[in-house]
Amino acid sequence: MADPSAIALNSVAVSYSGRTLFRDVSLQLAPGSFHFLTGPSGAGKTSLMKLCYGELSPSEGRITVFDQDTSQMDRNAIARLRRRIGVVHQDCRFIDHLSVAENVLLPVTVSQGNVEAARADMADLMSWVGLNALTNHRPPELSGGERQRAALARAVILSPDIILADEPTGNVDWEMSLKILGLLIELNRLGKTVLCATHDMSLIRQAKTRVSARVLRLGNGTVELAGAEL
Amino acid sequence: MSALLALVKGDTSAESVVPRTGFTAILTIACAAAMAFLAVFVLALALSAGRQAADWEASLADTATVRISAPAEMADVQADTVETILSQTPGIGATRRLTDDEQALLLQPWFGSDLPVESLRLPILIDVTLTEGGPDVIGLRQRLSAEAPGAVYDDHGRWRAPMVDAARGLRTLSLIALILIATVTGVTVALAASAAISANGQVIDVLRLVGAEDRYISRAFTRRFTLRTLAGAAVGVVFGLIAVALIPTVAGGGLASAVGFRGAEWIWPALVPFVAAVLAFAATRAAAARRLNEAG
Ligand SMILES: Nc1ncnc2c1ncn2[C@@H]1O[C@H](COP(=O)(O)OP(=O)(O)O)[C@@H](O)[C@H]1O
Ligand SMILES: [Mg+2]
Repeated sequence: MADPSAIALNSVAVSYSGRTLFRDVSLQLAPGSFHFLTGPSGAGKTSLMKLCYGELSPSEGRITVFDQDTSQMDRNAIARLRRRIGVVHQDCRFIDHLSVAENVLLPVTVSQGNVEAARADMADLMSWVGLNALTNHRPPELSGGERQRAALARAVILSPDIILADEPTGNVDWEMSLKILGLLIELNRLGKTVLCATHDMSLIRQAKTRVSARVLRLGNGTVELAGAEL
Repeated sequence: MSALLALVKGDTSAESVVPRTGFTAILTIACAAAMAFLAVFVLALALSAGRQAADWEASLADTATVRISAPAEMADVQADTVETILSQTPGIGATRRLTDDEQALLLQPWFGSDLPVESLRLPILIDVTLTEGGPDVIGLRQRLSAEAPGAVYDDHGRWRAPMVDAARGLRTLSLIALILIATVTGVTVALAASAAISANGQVIDVLRLVGAEDRYISRAFTRRFTLRTLAGAAVGVVFGLIAVALIPTVAGGGLASAVGFRGAEWIWPALVPFVAAVLAFAATRAAAARRLNEAG
């Protein structure tokens, strides 16, 4: 197979109860690439992310992830697919009665993986995201930036090849934004395919100085590759 | 089946991700205990009724009595005639005239042991053992009334047949009651599980987002509800057995004296908690599957 895409969207349309959000969206994310997904609020960035991890079905078109057509997958196959995609959800939801550490371990736990080995590596992972001191706290005790980083730790614990980050710098200060961006760039350097949704242009400009990222702009009901105006 | 095995082996990881919900736990345990208590009663009743029906049926199927009430000088002659007639009748096996002592024994409950039997003019009783199918009762009665007018053929069935029917009916009713108890248990556990699953919708959503398959999510609930039901039912069975043991026994009191378990029958109450657990397992799984399919 000649350089298959990590994720490919083929003439995809999304509509909610009859209202079309976008249509005829085609894009390919090459393995190891770094993409930003931008566009005004409500353009459908989160919806496009959901398509990629099987949370949303397109009303038209086809989505392939790791060369598998997501429309052919049942719920359990989608579950297994999600273990190969690390997602930082826009609202980074956690299970509130479990500790941060247990939450970060969840992907290992639910996939019946080696929880003990993962637990042993926890300290490294938590210091990578700078949350060492908070492993035994509950998620509701975390600040916005800490939640984002805990979500990122959870997203990468199974060493997925694809990282989808939906507004990972959503409501954190500039310094924290740069920190989180740095982690994403680090992951990309390790060969991960990264797709990061954000409406923060200064973040994208900052990233462009450090990584060769492409920018996809969602708007007017479709997606286009943003040019050099950035 | 493998899911049931995994449950027994005790993988608690799935369970710990779902917080406990107090009221569904109490509901499940209390319902399982109450239903198991009832089940023990109804089982005892069903088994006893079945036993009694079988006993009565056996006794009325193969014995009969001929009673000869006639003036003393004619009684013996008639008794001889009756015995001759009986020996000629197909469907009649052995016949045996009861001795005075045996008759006195039969009367003892009514008149006490110091009854001067000799001084009473008692009817002569002939015990009859029936062979397969028994005699043609109507024909036999006609012949007896013609040749030995003081003889009455009593096949016990006249009064016992309805009791056998009653005992059988009681058993059928008990079995229906058992089915109802099982249904109510299953439905209650399913409702409790549904409530717990709904209350944990957010947890389930997170589990799905991080790649949990259906069986992992459903195991988070099945283990808990199955074990709760098992425990509740075990307690209910113990109390049920105590209650059954406390039913006062009446000597010769028929059905009431026989309510209880005998020999191999003890297996049935012992099985109740396990049957309840399997029911709870199936009900919880079904509830989880429904919720997961709903959510898409
Ligand atoms: N589950 C849903 N049902 C109906 N409408 C939805 C749903 N999810 C999103 N939308 C709508 O789709 C539009 C795009 O939402 P979203 O994908 O979250 O955009 P973005 O992430 O770019 O802000 C919004 O107008 C939103 O109201
Ligand atoms: Mg969004």
